[in-house]
Amino acid sequence: MPEAPAPAPAAASRRSRPPRDWNPIHRVSWRTHLWLLLGVAVFCLPVWITLVGSTHDASTIGRGDVPLLPGAQGPENYRVAWLEGGGRFRTTPAWLMLRNSIVMAVLIAAGKIAISLLSAFAVVFFRFPGRMLAFWMIFVTLMLPVEVRIIPTFQVMVSLGLVNTMAGLTIPLIASATATLLFRQFFLTIPDELVEAAKLDGAGPLRFLRDVVLPLSRTNIAALFVILFLYGWNQYLWPLLVVNDQSLQTVVLGLARMIGNGDSQNEWNTIMATAVLSLLPPVAVVVLMQRWFVRGLTETEK
Amino acid sequence: MQRKAIFGGRALPYALLLPQLAVTLVFFFWPAGMALYQSVLREDPFGLAAEFVWFENFAEVLSDPGYLQSLRTTAVFAASVTLLSLSAGLFLAVQADKVRRGAGLYRTLLIWPYAVAPAVAAVLWLFLFHPEIGLLGRALNAAGIPWDYRLNGGQAMALVVLAASWKQVSYNFLFFLAGLHAIPASVLEAAAIDGAKPVRRFWTVVFPLLSPTTFFLLVVNLVYAFFDTFGVIHALTRGGPGNATETLIYRVYVDGVDNLDLGGSAAQSVILMAIVVALTAIQFRYIERRVHY
Repeated sequence: MPEAPAPAPAAASRRSRPPRDWNPIHRVSWRTHLWLLLGVAVFCLPVWITLVGSTHDASTIGRGDVPLLPGAQGPENYRVAWLEGGGRFRTTPAWLMLRNSIVMAVLIAAGKIAISLLSAFAVVFFRFPGRMLAFWMIFVTLMLPVEVRIIPTFQVMVSLGLVNTMAGLTIPLIASATATLLFRQFFLTIPDELVEAAKLDGAGPLRFLRDVVLPLSRTNIAALFVILFLYGWNQYLWPLLVVNDQSLQTVVLGLARMIGNGDSQNEWNTIMATAVLSLLPPVAVVVLMQRWFVRGLTETEK
Repeated sequence: MQRKAIFGGRALPYALLLPQLAVTLVFFFWPAGMALYQSVLREDPFGLAAEFVWFENFAEVLSDPGYLQSLRTTAVFAASVTLLSLSAGLFLAVQADKVRRGAGLYRTLLIWPYAVAPAVAAVLWLFLFHPEIGLLGRALNAAGIPWDYRLNGGQAMALVVLAASWKQVSYNFLFFLAGLHAIPASVLEAAAIDGAKPVRRFWTVVFPLLSPTTFFLLVVNLVYAFFDTFGVIHALTRGGPGNATETLIYRVYVDGVDNLDLGGSAAQSVILMAIVVALTAIQFRYIERRVHY
């Protein structure tokens, strides 16, 4: 996924909302609500159909009687999807795929944050030969997303023996120019007085990093974590290239594999149950951590 | 921009930079260099012999009618996704901006699809538009419109566009809503006092003031449609039927992984890198300009 730098809408989103009741006859028309509800309905329709489908038996769906209300097969379908895997080929069980996806997403998010924080700290708080070169090298990676260098990157993975490993799945994705740029931007706003005070107190750079910079960066880290978790969770091409071991299958890719070429004889009920399971973690992250999510999105753009 | 107060230390800054630079060198610069190198070589599929062929790979790629077709497919796909998701996002943001009670709830209900992976979005829409098991797919067939995205190229394109746009609407909605909130009430008030009707007010005052947001989103959506939609196409159509939905990224994958045409795939990678560089440059030039507003 190419990462793009974030421009100004960020600043806009932080400003408080201007009063809109300047117009004495300002009233929200019912049409506004109608349009919004229609939008919500279009967003929810596919998920509702999937949710309902996951509670019926395979033949009901296979026949094409699309049910609109939940059936009684739910517990059984979810049990099969969770423990045995769906589809005709009994692929990887959902619990394992979900675990792989969570491990991958957390490692990618934490790794990106850790190495970006350190490199931004070095670039901002030190002067040393090659500083700008290092900064530009990191910056240029913005222009080299995995998607445009598929085969050579895979060949590098083969030479390093990283194919079919969790390390191979995560490490190549943890370099992030965006996170480094964001941290650099933020570090530049830390007042010089704090640095001077720390030096007077005899604190070295690492102590300063731990006791001053890290606590100040908490909100940035939380916001970035949400965005990067989604980035990691949603990876598709990279797992497709690097992993063909069933035990390392991620849920996004595993779900697509179950569909195959869309044969109507598929065990659609367990596939739909797996789809629901694959939706839950990232959607829960967005809904529960909405404040961080919005902040991270508008400030970093992925 | 530089800080005045800094720390001393010779080895420490390099040690702090090491992890990121190591990953960058090994997984970005090395493969990118290999792509450049392979793009001027011709190798046999087993990697046993290689011959230096200058720009023959590029000439071959660019004169291949299949590649040009895939370029057109990508243009149609990216333009449709961008237009659809931008206009839907803007429309919903304008509606949501009017609401005061329940605004937070609407926002939550409209942004969650952003969390859904493109490939999973594709699967969800497949459940709706499958010709035999899908609610809408069956309805279309029952209404006498023969619908099967697995056979009809135009329908396949419509389905991948829909699935790819769906989650991007949320993203655009969020940014447009932020942009609308940033428009000072006094400007709207002035337009209202001048007697401008709401629709006119929108097109002459609000929309121009949103143009920085719109332009930013235009670039982001194009980048998304170009590079992040591999999963949608791979999960739904595999570039088919025929090659009706084969975008540039999908083609690099097929040529490299399935057809083992390393030189051709590398040349395509280099062309794609040029496209990313161009898009990034546009984005940065535009940010530079904004600073001087």
